[in-house]
This record gives sequence, structure tokens and C-alpha cells, in this order.
Amino acid sequence: MSRVTRFAARDPGPSARVAGFIAHLRANGLRLGVGETETALAALTHVNAANPDETRRALKSVCASTADEVTQFDALFDSYWLNAGRVREKFAPSERGGNAHSRNSREASGENAAARGQIHAPDDGAGAAHGEGTGTLIASRTASLMHHDMRKLVSPQDIAAAESIARHLAHSLAYRRSRRRRAARRGDHIHFRRLIRASLSTGGEPLTLPRKKRPDRRMRIIALCDVSGSMTIYARVFLAFLTGLIRADDATDAWLFHTRLVRISDALRDPDPLRALNRLSLLADGFGGGSKIGASLAQFAHGPARHCVTSRSVVVILSDGYDTDPPAALTDALTRLRRRGGRIIWLNPLKGWKDYAPVTAAMAAALPHLDLFAAATTLNDLATLGPQLERLK
Amino acid sequence: MAEDGTGGQPPDPRSICTKKKQDDSMADWRDLQQGMADHGYIAGDDLVMALHIALSLGRPLLLEGAAGVGKTEVARVLAALKGARLIRLQCYEGLDAAQAIYEWNYPRQLLAIRAAAEGGETGAGVEARIFSDDYLLERPLLQAIRQTESPVLLIDEIDRADEEFEAYLLEILSEFQITIPEMGTIGATARPMVILTANGTRDLSDALRRRCIYAHVDYPDRAAELAILQGRCPQIDQHLTRQIVSFVQTLRREDLEKTPGIAETLDFAAALAGLGINDLTHDPVALQAALATLLKTQVDRARITTEVAQRLAGQAA
Repeated sequence: MSRVTRFAARDPGPSARVAGFIAHLRANGLRLGVGETETALAALTHVNAANPDETRRALKSVCASTADEVTQFDALFDSYWLNAGRVREKFAPSERGGNAHSRNSREASGENAAARGQIHAPDDGAGAAHGEGTGTLIASRTASLMHHDMRKLVSPQDIAAAESIARHLAHSLAYRRSRRRRAARRGDHIHFRRLIRASLSTGGEPLTLPRKKRPDRRMRIIALCDVSGSMTIYARVFLAFLTGLIRADDATDAWLFHTRLVRISDALRDPDPLRALNRLSLLADGFGGGSKIGASLAQFAHGPARHCVTSRSVVVILSDGYDTDPPAALTDALTRLRRRGGRIIWLNPLKGWKDYAPVTAAMAAALPHLDLFAAATTLNDLATLGPQLERLK
Repeated sequence: MAEDGTGGQPPDPRSICTKKKQDDSMADWRDLQQGMADHGYIAGDDLVMALHIALSLGRPLLLEGAAGVGKTEVARVLAALKGARLIRLQCYEGLDAAQAIYEWNYPRQLLAIRAAAEGGETGAGVEARIFSDDYLLERPLLQAIRQTESPVLLIDEIDRADEEFEAYLLEILSEFQITIPEMGTIGATARPMVILTANGTRDLSDALRRRCIYAHVDYPDRAAELAILQGRCPQIDQHLTRQIVSFVQTLRREDLEKTPGIAETLDFAAALAGLGINDLTHDPVALQAALATLLKTQVDRARITTEVAQRLAGQAA
């Protein structure tokens, strides 16, 4: 059992320590206010505070407020109360590393400090030459350990151009109206059922006119972007495109995959663009390595898709289809996604090439499951997608 | 306590708790756990501690977890344990104040007005009468506030209700009072013990989460599930009980669309008992039939074929 933290003799007392603990949690991305400190102290009066186990449970029930935070809490608790260290160490970073949900500036500075991308900054994309198989169109099995600096990959101009295109696409894709009408404050029709009900309270005189309208049934866009070695040269365009998609609509979700799957929506949505890129370069750890499209998509289909893909979603896959896995996994993943009712769009940068035919095993296996298979070699290709997407709805 | 020890336990603020008090509070939550167990609910330490703190601080308790892990049951057991009334509000999309808080009984009011007009009664008297308690239809939230003894208020599946309703709830949960324009503000005579449940249909607002003590209810582990099953179905023999639990535990590790919860396990046990099975491996056909209680989608049914079920049962035996 780990030892209990030793606090300095000048430590002002238990309340301050609890306050320090709350600050420690806050620094690690839990959203807590002064009210929680108060509640935490009050809660501790109702348990045997000398027992670390009880204290842990009591503080957990007060401080953690989502399932994620519950799993994160134990490590944070240990690092503050049971780290056998001195006071200084109580701000040890959590084991989970960069927190994807925090908007806290303090936390970002921590990430900055930890961003190894600075040290290994490649020289303008030439760094890709070190990666095995990059630059050639051969899917490689090794996960690259290089940390590409995304700041070099996405310039502000690109973001601006891609953002407007993506925003446009997102709108043409997302906007869909329901056939039914629902009660609404302002609407084109009178809601007769409510009218009659409301008129009862005024003795049968309809004094208020409730209205109804057709609600928007927005399509939710979920973008999955391949950033394996063979895709490095397009990453610049695609990341900019993703940024645009994400910023156009709050419900949009974006994921990166190479040999595994990483969610980047929160990082891309960070209000500070520079910090967003920092976070992205941390997340895209292994960027430029091998590609496991089938496995990554399967991971997506079996995990997150269960919550986010419904009949009102469009799954956009940005990949060249060079997969090191057998195509069976990919087929299975796409079948699963289809069965959830969403639309699947595959944007392939190679399709823009002359004489391209989808002959790779993965691409051939995927084709029957796609609603749209389109080229995406440049931003221009993406810009002309609008009408095709319009037809999909 | 020695100097090096004090820091680790965030202790009682500015008071040295006496040994006696420590024992009391220690006893409190263990008692609660024992009490719940006596009423047939085997709860994990985290859950009991959260419940204990919610009760001691008078805060609502938010329970999250997959369907069928016994979130709703917590409220029922708590009510039984405290001898309190259980008031339940089932949330659904489109739930509004009229169905959750209160509504005037309009038809009765109209009749009263007609009757008053015929009787020649007019003015303030009638008005005072038709906006009195007699004409008020109490819905669950108002009911909970007006009880003379603390009831247990269960707000089930809060994530199904609209966000506007969540906002309504915030006032009630923090102040425990309801304002009816015609009657004034009604404060709680006895603070209800509030339990909210959610299973992730949509994200709850931070404001609501902040007001609640939180506990995440997970699928029970083997030992807990065994205890639950033994408590609920004592008539099933030890051997089969152990087999059922192992079977369900391995089944949960399979790749299923809808993982069976503890409620399903109990149904499964009841089904097996009803079919007169003493050993899972003996009768593949009956086992496959009983699986209907565990697997609730076509895909899951297709995935767990007779062979797979037999393999799982073999592992469980």
C-alpha cells in the first residue's frame, strides 16, 4: 500500500488541503467549482476521514460526475493523497495524460511543456522520409514513432479555405427537415390539439394560439480520417477539411486512425487554434506509420459507433484504402455501420488520378457497402462534392 | 496521529472528530449497506458511499449505468429501508410541467364556476375556491414536496426528458420548492430523498450534474452477482446458481449489441428454474430457449448459436 502524502509543517490545515485537492482535480480537467469544495468538506464530516478508502469513495461521489471521471479519479486521488512524496509532487500530471475535455489554459501550458513535437520537429515534411514506407504508396506495418508537428501541416490559409468548403458541405449534408410537425414557439401552423386543451382553462375561449412547425432533423456528420504513412501527403488538406467540418456544426465528430483510432473533435474545437494544433500533434502520436483500416474501422463500429451512428448520420471516411489487414475486418465493420442505418461516404485521394481503379483488396471489399465513393485529391475536389452529397439525402 | 500520517486523510474541517463519532459514521454507511442487503439489494461500496453522502447532505443522487444494472431498484430498496413512500416520475420526451409538477383541474373549475353563477355567487369567493387545493391535480414532483414525511422521489431516465424540463428540475432540486402563481410558493415540509437515473440517451447538463452526488453503477462482478442471485432466488440450488453466474459473466465478455444486465440474469435464472433444469450443460435445447431472457436482439441471438452457448456453458461448469 502506498504511503500517505507528507505535507509540510506550515500547511494551513485540512480545509486547505481539500481545496488543494479540488484544484488538483481541476488542473486535470474535472469541472469543479467552489461549491464542490464545500460539498466535499461537508461530505467528509459524514465518513471516517481517517480511512483512505472511505475518503476516496466519499470524494469520488462528490467530485466525479461522469463515468469517465470516475475511472480517472482513482489515479488522481492517489497522486495527491497517496504519492509518498512532498507537497511539490501533488501536481503530478495524471496518468491519463492530455485531457481531451478541458478548456483550461493551465492544462494547455502543461501540454505545451510535454509536447515532444518541438524536439523532433521535422523540416517541412521532409521528415516523412525517415518514416518507413512513407511517400510510397505501400501500407507499412510499423507504427512510426516520429512526432510530426501539425503546425507545419496546416497553415492558417489552408484552414480558412478548407473551413469555408467544409462548412458549405456540412450544411448541404446536414440540413434535412422532418415531415411531421411539432409544437414550437414560432411556427407556420396552429397546433389545434394544444389550442383546444389550452382553451379549457379559459372556458372554451381560445385566447392563446399555440403553433407548430417542422423541426429540423439534422444529419450528424462523423468523419474518420486515415493518417497512415501512405496518406501523409494528403494529411494537410484533410486535417484542414476536418477542422472546417467540426467548426461548422457542434454535433460533428471527427476521428483519426492509423494503427489505432483517436477522437480529435475536442482538440479541433479548442477555441485557441494554436493550442488545438498542439493537442492534435499529441493525439496523432504515431502519425505517418502503418495503416490498419479494417481494424480501426472495426474498433469504431464496435465501440463509439454504437452511440453516435444512427439513421441520421453520415459517416465520412477519408482514406486511400491501402490496408495491411485482410479485407474481412473492413467488410464486417462497414456492414455493421450500414446496419445502424447511416450513410457511408468514402473519399479517396487516389481516385482523382488518371486510370485509377479500386483494385486494392480493401477498397474492392469496401465498395459494395458505400453510398458514395468520390475523389478527394485536392480541396477543389472536395468543393465539387456538394451536388453529389445533396443527392444522398 | 503522527505528523506524517495526518496529511493523507482529508480530515474533518477544523474539528478533531472524537473516536465515538468516527465509529458512528463508520457504522452509518456499513449499516446502510447491510440494510440494503437485508432488503435484497447487494450494492457495491462506491454506490453505498454515494448514497450515504447524498442522504447525509440532503443532495440528490444521480445514478448512471447501462440498462438493467439495478438503478431504479436502488430507490425502491431505499424506500423500503426507510419505510418511506416511493414517488416515481418516469421521464419521456415531451414531458412538461403539467405532467410532472401540477395542473389545475379545469373541467372541475368550469363546473364550479357554472354552479356558482347559478347560485348567484360571484367575485372573489369563487376565485379563491377554484384556485384552492381541491382543484389542484398534484403530479409527482409537487406530491413529493408536500409529503409530511420524507418520501423517496425517483426521477427515472432523466436523460429522456427534454433539456427544458431539466432546467425546471434544477430549481426544484436545489430549493425544494415549487411556485404556483395562483397559490404562492410551496416549500417542502419534509425534504424528499431524490434519486435520478440516467443511461446515456443524451448528455446531461453540467448544472444538473453539479447539483447531484454521482455514482456510476456497473455490471456486478462474479461475487456480487452470486450474492444477488442467491438472495433473490434462494430456491435454486448452489451448483446451478454458480453456473448461471459464470455463464452470464462470460456472456458479457462476448461481443454483443445489448449486454445482459442483472435483471436479465434474474429472468434467466427464473426461466431455468421454470424449465426444471439442474445443470446448464445437460439440455442444449432448453438452454437455447432460456437464452431468450438474456439476448434481446436478432443479431445477438444469431451470434450465440447452440454450439457457442454450449461452449460457454462448458466453461461455466
